[in-house]
Amino acid sequence: MTSLTFTLIETPPSQRIDMSPLVCQKLAGLSLDQIAGIELQCGKQKLRVDQLFHITGSNADDISIVGSTGKLDLIGKELASGNISVQGEAGAYLGMQMKGGTINVIGDVGLYAGCEMKNGLIQIEGDAGDFLGGALPGNKQGMKGGTILVKGNVGQRAGDHMRRGQILVEGNAGDYCGSRMVAGTIAVMGQVGRYAGYAMRRGTLLLWNQPQLPATFNDCGLHTLAFLPMLFASFKSLNSRFADKAIAFNRVRRFGGDMAEAGRGEVLVKL
Amino acid sequence: MIINGVTIDKTFAEAFPMKATRAIITAQNEKWAMISAQAMTGFATSVIACGCEAGIERVLSPDETPDGRPGVAIMIYAMGGKGLAKQLETRAGQCVLTSPTSALFSGIEGGKPIPLGKNLRFFGDGFQIAKKIGGKRYWRVPVMDGEFLTEATTGMVDAVGGGNFLVLAESQPQALAACEAAIEAMKQIPNVIMPFPGGVVRSGSKVGSKYKALSASTNDAFCPTLKGVTRTDLSPEIESVMEIVIDGLTKEDIDRAMRVGIQAVCDLGAANGIKRISAGNYGGKLGPFHFHLQEIMA
Repeated sequence: MTSLTFTLIETPPSQRIDMSPLVCQKLAGLSLDQIAGIELQCGKQKLRVDQLFHITGSNADDISIVGSTGKLDLIGKELASGNISVQGEAGAYLGMQMKGGTINVIGDVGLYAGCEMKNGLIQIEGDAGDFLGGALPGNKQGMKGGTILVKGNVGQRAGDHMRRGQILVEGNAGDYCGSRMVAGTIAVMGQVGRYAGYAMRRGTLLLWNQPQLPATFNDCGLHTLAFLPMLFASFKSLNSRFADKAIAFNRVRRFGGDMAEAGRGEVLVKL
Repeated sequence: MIINGVTIDKTFAEAFPMKATRAIITAQNEKWAMISAQAMTGFATSVIACGCEAGIERVLSPDETPDGRPGVAIMIYAMGGKGLAKQLETRAGQCVLTSPTSALFSGIEGGKPIPLGKNLRFFGDGFQIAKKIGGKRYWRVPVMDGEFLTEATTGMVDAVGGGNFLVLAESQPQALAACEAAIEAMKQIPNVIMPFPGGVVRSGSKVGSKYKALSASTNDAFCPTLKGVTRTDLSPEIESVMEIVIDGLTKEDIDRAMRVGIQAVCDLGAANGIKRISAGNYGGKLGPFHFHLQEIMA
């Protein structure tokens, strides 16, 4: 069976499109006609899928979105299993509250990618916007599980309110990386902006470069940590620089904080 | 049946169902992994009085351990799940958490999960850190030499305890030499432990006692010094009897271990004073697993 492919007709579309109905579990067992008849919110009007996309293929477990732009929001919302491949950019809320499966994006993604996700894998070849893996405004818990891999840079407040899971960034991260983290792991190979770990309660920021930390983080000295080689070994199946054995390390400088909060969090900086 | 002059009795060893688990202890080097493993499996010879039977299964090379350091696989057997979990936790807390450079991992996939480091984490007094790596939950407990890394749970599986055979020899040194040879061979078999000191038991027991407080007592039928005063199972030339007890994950594992062990004893043969191989047979009172010596050696 070939991938169920949605090719955007009008690029870019005139309005933002809510893509949340087009996830694997909701399309399973539907005919192409039924899928074509699904209505998507487009701006303030509802449009049929076939008014917006050419539809080909049949395998609802393997969805491709071709010619995607930053106006396609909520791609893979609550995805439970299967694979969604995005050729191009994606809008806001990619993989929001995702429960399983995989989302691959070739281009950049907007705000709140992977927000409140529970499990699964999101791979982003380009950059990600603010609040990656964060909590929706007003909510107290962000990402609760799974893995987000970003090969480019990420915006501000990556992992805000993050509860569990891991965010891996090959590029740079903006300000307030790991802010208000409850637990989990964020690894950044590039530079991080100001106020890293601001108000984090628990969790780990694993950094390749020394950040400018808030004054409420205290130096715990140099350490060899046994869990790090195991953590790096767990990345070996990823299509990423994180899978490269040569980047692994176990010797770090450890900072504890945020002491203005519970103070059980840590920032580990490669030596 | 006679092998190299050694008579194999037409009898069977009786064994009973147990619960088992395996844990992997790693350390900076094999020396310290072994020290921790020896401590953790100490005083764990017989469930009669120790609460569990435990032993070192084998030494692991760095590429066989989760953290890539030298390690030792240990196994613990108990009569029930609750007892096993308690023994595992107590021993891990006293003997691995305390041991320099150690880390502790699950050594068995599947089965029912029981706590390994899940509760030991509280030693961290709130400074402990959980990490989920590759779908498994680990705890990092800050300790004075760095961090004690432990997996949260390990698996508990059904197992078989009490497989055994008896070595009957013309002298004590000959019986011991034969048992040493057997243990060396049996150590190569996976999924089994020989929990007694050095793998060898000199105080084989029978079920029950004339003293009400005791559930087991000396196996008088195999005590050489009682040949004239009890219903003995020994011929005049036998001066010493020693037993090897085997716990295994399955009956087949114990079969394999008994076969190589008895074969090693028989290789020494009658020329070295080994006269008979027998087994702890309690008339069906001890357990449902029967290991027929002659079938095993056929």
